[in-house]
Amino acid sequence: MAQAVPAGQKWWAGGRSPFNVEYGKLMMWYFLMSDAFTFGAFLISYGTIRFSSNSWPDPNEVFRSFPIIGEMKIPLAFVSLMTFILIMSSVTMVLAVGAGHNNDKKSVMKWMFFTILGGLAFLGCQAWEWTHLHGEGAWWGRNPFMNINGSPSSTNFTNFFFTITGFHGFHVFSGVIINIIMLIMTWRGVFERRGHYLMIEKAGLYWHFVDLVWVFVFTCFYLL
Amino acid sequence: MENSHTTTAVHTDDGHSFSTKAIWRTFWILLIITVVELALAILYYETDFLPKHFLNGIFVIGTLAKAFFIIAEFMHLRYENRNLIMSIGVPAMLFIWFLLAFLWDGNSYKNLRNRYDSHYVDKYKAQPKEKEGEKKTEEGKKPGVE
Repeated sequence: MAQAVPAGQKWWAGGRSPFNVEYGKLMMWYFLMSDAFTFGAFLISYGTIRFSSNSWPDPNEVFRSFPIIGEMKIPLAFVSLMTFILIMSSVTMVLAVGAGHNNDKKSVMKWMFFTILGGLAFLGCQAWEWTHLHGEGAWWGRNPFMNINGSPSSTNFTNFFFTITGFHGFHVFSGVIINIIMLIMTWRGVFERRGHYLMIEKAGLYWHFVDLVWVFVFTCFYLL
Repeated sequence: MENSHTTTAVHTDDGHSFSTKAIWRTFWILLIITVVELALAILYYETDFLPKHFLNGIFVIGTLAKAFFIIAEFMHLRYENRNLIMSIGVPAMLFIWFLLAFLWDGNSYKNLRNRYDSHYVDKYKAQPKEKEGEKKTEEGKKPGVE
């Protein structure tokens, strides 16, 4: 539940943050809202083009590969792994924030390290997926896949796929950079001296947002 | 530059202790929803056991559920100030209109284009598949789709 308000509490009377969070955290939320609309615009435009098309490639056919093992009888296996990695890294991020609440520097470092690892693993997976698809002839402006109904598919499919997953991957990359900086700052005792780990919380918000976007991207491209 | 203490006093007490249990419980919920979605997708691929539209509805609901859990628990929004929750939740309602309007538009564009595309009409003349009664009042001027 939202925080209980003591009787007579006036949030908008001045002298305090009406949102009861520090400035930086509120601004991070506002930024995430704007980024949510950016991604929302990308995904909704994808949906619009898809709705305006008579047919579209079948994701179960396009996304069947898996590193090392090659073609899988089970489609979507690789993207399931990617989703799992990202959700796990979100969990480790929350645990880092929790450790920050307890001012436990060592645990913060440990969980941030795992979060960074998860982010790098996800990027590696995405890079593999792109390389593999490129090897099959897919790229911006090139679409080798057929539609479900057998008609030749337009380049809309690959254009949208690479653009949106690329934009998301860029966010993951910047998130990893931010997390690395957070780890270094933690290690150097910056937050210890400040007495709080609020910066880790803000980085955490960004990281969860990245995970959230992936949930939608995964659904739109691979499930629907 | 230290700016975190220049804001007016912030109550950092959450009113509840940070709960690792809730986090792991959320993780399991997310994992189970994802696994179920994948199982349904693969099952559909093998057997076609449900109409795709119905399945898509399940996927969308599952995705929204995951989104709510991530935002509420991982991003901690559920435990925040009501003002902050509203600042996020109310503008997010715009997405509902956003999505509906644009998908409706895309669909209308497809129907209108098909109706006037002689190749399409010839090919599918046998079945009046597209809804001929489709409203012509849509003013969607969609950019050309190849």
